[in-house]
Amino acid sequence: MENKELFTVSVFSENTVGLLSQVALIYTRRCINIESISASTCSIPGVHKWTITSWSTRPVMEKLVLQIEKCIDVLKAFLYTDSDIFYQEVALYKVDTDLLLDEPHLEEIIRKYNARILDINRGFTVIEKTGHNSETTALFDELKRYNLRQFVRSGRVTITKSEREFVSEYIEKQNKRKNDTLQGQ
Amino acid sequence: MKITGAEGLIKSLICEGVDTVFGYPGGQIIAVYDKLYDYQNEINHILVRHEQGAIHAAQGYARSSGKTGVVIVTSGPGATNVVTGLGDALMDSTPLVVITGQVSTAFLGTDAFQETDVVAVTQQLTKWAVQIRRPEDIPGAVARAFYIASSGRPGPVVLDIAKDAQFGLTEWSHEQCRFIRSYNPTPEIPEEDINEIAGILNNAERPLILAGHGITIANAEHSLLEVAEKGNIPVATTLLGRANLPFSHPLHKGMLGMHGNIGPNIATNKADVILALGMRFDDRITGDVSKYAPQAKIIHVDIDPSELNKIVRASKSVHGDAGKLLASILPLMQYRDRKEWLALFDKCDTTEISEVISHELHPDKEEMNMGEVIDVVSEMAPADTICVTDVGQNQMFAARYFRCRSPRSFISSGGLGTMGFGLPAAIGAKIGAEKRPVVLFVGDGGLQMTIQELGTIMTYNVDVKIVLLNNSFLGNVRQWQELFFNARFSQTQMHNPDFVRLASAYGIAGEDVTDRSMLSDAVKRMFEHDGAYLMNVRVDAKDMIFPMIPAGGVVDRILLNPTTKFSI
Ligand SMILES: Cc1ncc(C[n+]2csc(CCOP(=O)(O)OP(=O)(O)O)c2C)c(N)n1
Repeated sequence: MENKELFTVSVFSENTVGLLSQVALIYTRRCINIESISASTCSIPGVHKWTITSWSTRPVMEKLVLQIEKCIDVLKAFLYTDSDIFYQEVALYKVDTDLLLDEPHLEEIIRKYNARILDINRGFTVIEKTGHNSETTALFDELKRYNLRQFVRSGRVTITKSEREFVSEYIEKQNKRKNDTLQGQ
Repeated sequence: MKITGAEGLIKSLICEGVDTVFGYPGGQIIAVYDKLYDYQNEINHILVRHEQGAIHAAQGYARSSGKTGVVIVTSGPGATNVVTGLGDALMDSTPLVVITGQVSTAFLGTDAFQETDVVAVTQQLTKWAVQIRRPEDIPGAVARAFYIASSGRPGPVVLDIAKDAQFGLTEWSHEQCRFIRSYNPTPEIPEEDINEIAGILNNAERPLILAGHGITIANAEHSLLEVAEKGNIPVATTLLGRANLPFSHPLHKGMLGMHGNIGPNIATNKADVILALGMRFDDRITGDVSKYAPQAKIIHVDIDPSELNKIVRASKSVHGDAGKLLASILPLMQYRDRKEWLALFDKCDTTEISEVISHELHPDKEEMNMGEVIDVVSEMAPADTICVTDVGQNQMFAARYFRCRSPRSFISSGGLGTMGFGLPAAIGAKIGAEKRPVVLFVGDGGLQMTIQELGTIMTYNVDVKIVLLNNSFLGNVRQWQELFFNARFSQTQMHNPDFVRLASAYGIAGEDVTDRSMLSDAVKRMFEHDGAYLMNVRVDAKDMIFPMIPAGGVVDRILLNPTTKFSI
């Protein structure tokens, strides 16, 4: 077996009902677990961007991306590995305030991890950290000492390192096609 | 003036050029049926006997006519009964618009009577599936449905229309859809690619064209013939591409795959260039992919980009219409002699004829073989006959021995291999091409999967010639049991009714053919008979379909019979 890598798929789609399950089933069919997923509007009006991460191999992922693009309401889907993109995740940690206040190196930890304290009350404290998975995991390991009550990490958000904006180019090309088609009648 | 959603639906169908629909009514689609009553002059509704019959008939209709097939069924069981046909149409790229009734919006998600989440069930089996909840959304959805179903790589689309959208009143206007921002069904093939491909073919010593269903869908049979002739390039066809070139054209070297002809399969692994057009390298064609076409530069052209490099890595993959590509390379093609290369096919044919075909067509035993029956039917069939098959040995024998002479004359369930496809598909094929004779080859197993459609034949006087190749076995499975499971015939023997009497109960003429001496007269009677006919031919259950490349085997390791391998 080839070694698996972490892949990020960026999907740009129309905002239609039912598309999520359709895309999810494309992963399911090949028995690929979705590690994380996030979706939101993007800079192009009406277009939604989803970011999906999963462990797999390149040949499989290349085919999967084409099958995602085959969904009618998907504009484009792109396959990335970590070196192609800037990416971030947000993690939140809920720890016991008592234990935290007793910690002599608290400032050091917060600084070292570039974390933020969102809220402190008598019972618990909520800490937020943005970063790569390895970084939020490192802080997770650190905070275990303070009775880590809850931990949650968002899906990944990404921005490409490329100079070109392929989705905008695609939409421009399609608009040209639209004019040609409609004029050609 | 406002009209109901149901009426809007019918008017929109008419705007899309629909004059024939296949369907079955029910509670959640009754409003549409009520309006159909008013439009009987515009729309011919074929009432089938089971919704699976409706969708396979629509598939047959679409494939013989090139138009989009339309199906109308009710919610719940009506909708779930068409699921097999959706899967079949998706695999075999058949344009369908399937309209399902749905419970009223207020009841959605409540497990209401006959509620099924049709969009969820059909999403993976359609090109597009959508639920419509408001009457004003119907025309737009219909227009989009026809555009999606028929363009690019065609496929089935489901419109699930809630009951209140059917009853609700709306202003109606219909405009055909020609553009969807997220969808490009007409990719341009770059000029460089065309020149490059023509160059590769012109320089090839041992080129082979693999012509798939995409050629049929693109109506590019003639371009294929021209390119093949001009370049002097042999052509092999896939199961669904059997009618892409006339059977006896000297450059048509036969069928690819598990039960294909020896020549094309051997040639696949000797070719230096393979031009694969509108085909998807199904595992029934490639066998062991790692040992497939090792010497060839593969050029793969398909309108569906997700097919490119999916199974076989191509040296050159082109996202585009196979027909357009053929038309573009035609002026650039150069004739080359390739005597030695073409002689390879003759050599393979000689062996195939002496070792396989002659035994199949002229057995020295009392029982008849499927192949010889098909051969006689083919001999007597008019030139424009459409051959429809079911699934199993009957299908493979028909693909091998029926000699298609004109475009769109072979209709079979390829990708899904759906038993029960044949009878309703033949009905639809006839309705879609009324002037052409339609012959169905079907096994006793498959016929009984949708045999209720004899009723549809009765009602509409559909002139389908049914050739029942009756071996009282699930023949194909029996063959595998014989070859690979020590002849342990587990659950493959069939206890059959009297088919001719059954047909006769539906007013369909027919006869039993139990002996070779009766065959040609019976076939003659069948073709001369005005109307449907069922010929129940007793064939030998022990007969097996050969040559055979066992599943997962290598394409040039071919069995001529259970114990002999082909060697050149
Ligand atoms: C719906 C369905 N069920 C099961 C199968 C598996 N299957 C493939 S061929 C075959 C036997 C077909 O027997 P019959 O219809 O008598 O045709 P024959 O092979 O004898 O020509 C079976 C059971 C199938 N293809 N489709």
